[in-house]
Amino acid sequence: MKKILNDPAAVVAQSLLGLAAAHPDLLRVTTDPAVVSRADGPRPGKVAVVSGGGSGHEPLHGGFVGPGMLDAACPGAVFTSPTPDQIQAAVSRVDGGAGVLLLVKNYTGDVLNFETAAELLAADGVDVRTVLIDDDVAVRDSLYTAGRRGVGATVLVEKVVGAAAEAGADLATCERVARAAVAGARSMGIALTAPTVPHVGEPSFTLADDEMEVGIGIHGEPGRRRERLTDADGVVAALLEPVLADLPFAAGDEVLLFTNSMGGTPLLELYLAHGIAEQSLVDKGITVTRRLVGPYVTSLEMQGMSLTLLRLDDELTRLWDAPVRTAALRWGA
Amino acid sequence: MGCDARAVAAAVRAAAAVVTAHRDELVRLDQAIGDGDHGENLKRGFGFVVQALDESTPDTPGAVLKLVATTLISKVGGAAGPLYGTAFLRAATAVGDATELTPELVAKALRAALEGVVARGKAEVGDKTMVDALAPAAEVGSLAAAATAAERGAESTIPLVARKGRASYLGERAIGHQDPGARSTALVLRAFAEAAS
Ligand SMILES: Nc1ncnc2c1ncn2[C@@H]1O[C@H](COP(=O)(O)OP(=O)(O)O)[C@@H](O)[C@H]1O
Ligand SMILES: [Mg+2]
Repeated sequence: MKKILNDPAAVVAQSLLGLAAAHPDLLRVTTDPAVVSRADGPRPGKVAVVSGGGSGHEPLHGGFVGPGMLDAACPGAVFTSPTPDQIQAAVSRVDGGAGVLLLVKNYTGDVLNFETAAELLAADGVDVRTVLIDDDVAVRDSLYTAGRRGVGATVLVEKVVGAAAEAGADLATCERVARAAVAGARSMGIALTAPTVPHVGEPSFTLADDEMEVGIGIHGEPGRRRERLTDADGVVAALLEPVLADLPFAAGDEVLLFTNSMGGTPLLELYLAHGIAEQSLVDKGITVTRRLVGPYVTSLEMQGMSLTLLRLDDELTRLWDAPVRTAALRWGA
Repeated sequence: MGCDARAVAAAVRAAAAVVTAHRDELVRLDQAIGDGDHGENLKRGFGFVVQALDESTPDTPGAVLKLVATTLISKVGGAAGPLYGTAFLRAATAVGDATELTPELVAKALRAALEGVVARGKAEVGDKTMVDALAPAAEVGSLAAAATAAERGAESTIPLVARKGRASYLGERAIGHQDPGARSTALVLRAFAEAAS
């Protein structure tokens, strides 16, 4: 394992201190418990939007804390969901009295820990609602699985809900926006290499030079199947087809196309893939009206990418365009 | 030997040592069908449990179990944190404020632990989870028999497709691998059984 690292057990805390040092105007960070919150929070009368999850997906979630997006994030250990105490601490730091919306990626660990936290918060009189994000079409949503995973759509949901909350929407409205965004978003990812978790020290799986893992999540878990690595056209088709078929997206739809790097794929390759994806959507009569390209929902140093499509209406478009000022996403503010 | 608070605390310390010794094995099992953190999660969690016991050993078995539960819930995260935490919390409630654990209380605690895990995680036997180890353990009379039943239960997960947790994302690819949570459950129960004998 080659990493810029002191102590694997301290990697999250030390990285958070660096995040705080890089954005003193924007963020307040504590490491015990690990919480990243808005420097200007709590905002009285504003719905607090809180998310969190395992570390290793940076800039998710801490990089999306700030005006127009999240009020707070609680980073767990690498690839491990945060604990109820951490979630409660995050909420107490930003609760402005207008209710709290928890945005949770659909993984058993995240669901159980956020569920426990929500019960404890409700017992303390906090008006708390939870919306699960489950956009990964690689996993069949059936009785026989833990349900689809939350992946790329997370950043899109956090952005539009954060915009709604910033504009003064009440808790019910924020929840409705979150559910609308989740309902209209689908994703799929592939990996060319595996990530190495610092406290494990070796890659989570091994792939031969001519192989790709199709239908991966963001935790170094193996994917649905292993295939021969194709060219970029083939990779984009392997991602786009199941995404389009699942919702399904259809000619005439307006969409946001999010082309995401898993951490190790350079922008040179990512833009190449994005261009192919745009063209193939044009060919299908689907209009891309908004886009996001970059490493936003990563899996440590994994090479690979995911495509997320979000069907847009006027409200979601307006919320996407609204000002945002965070470490990783900034416009209009 | 009576099974008072000190004996229960000693058994918990023994379980912590076993989990720590098997950390790498549990990590490898979880790498195969999950995300590779189970061994680290439990090692970290039980490390905090030992720390908490060093600071103060509560004076009833139930209070010891409750301390284990709250520490695991607040320190572990992941699926295992709330599930193990709930198991210990229900066990603590089941034994109440008894000052010594009888075999009947141990059996009652195991059944309560199973009910708690099922209530939280909604898994059934055969879903390839820790329930496959805990359910057979909750059906037998003694801790030693429970440990043996849990070991068999953990091994029974090898040919299964998972229907809960991260391993369920893998479909057929989970076949041939032992569930890490079932394995750790068997390890913990074996450590308890040996400490009690
Ligand atoms: N719904 C569930 N019910 C019971 N046990 C579960 C459930 N989901 C997962 N598990 C157990 O949790 C174990 C994984 O724990 P761990 O790796 O620590 O957490 P995570 O899955 O969040 O990475 C699995 O091996 C399985 O035994
Ligand atoms: Mg795991």
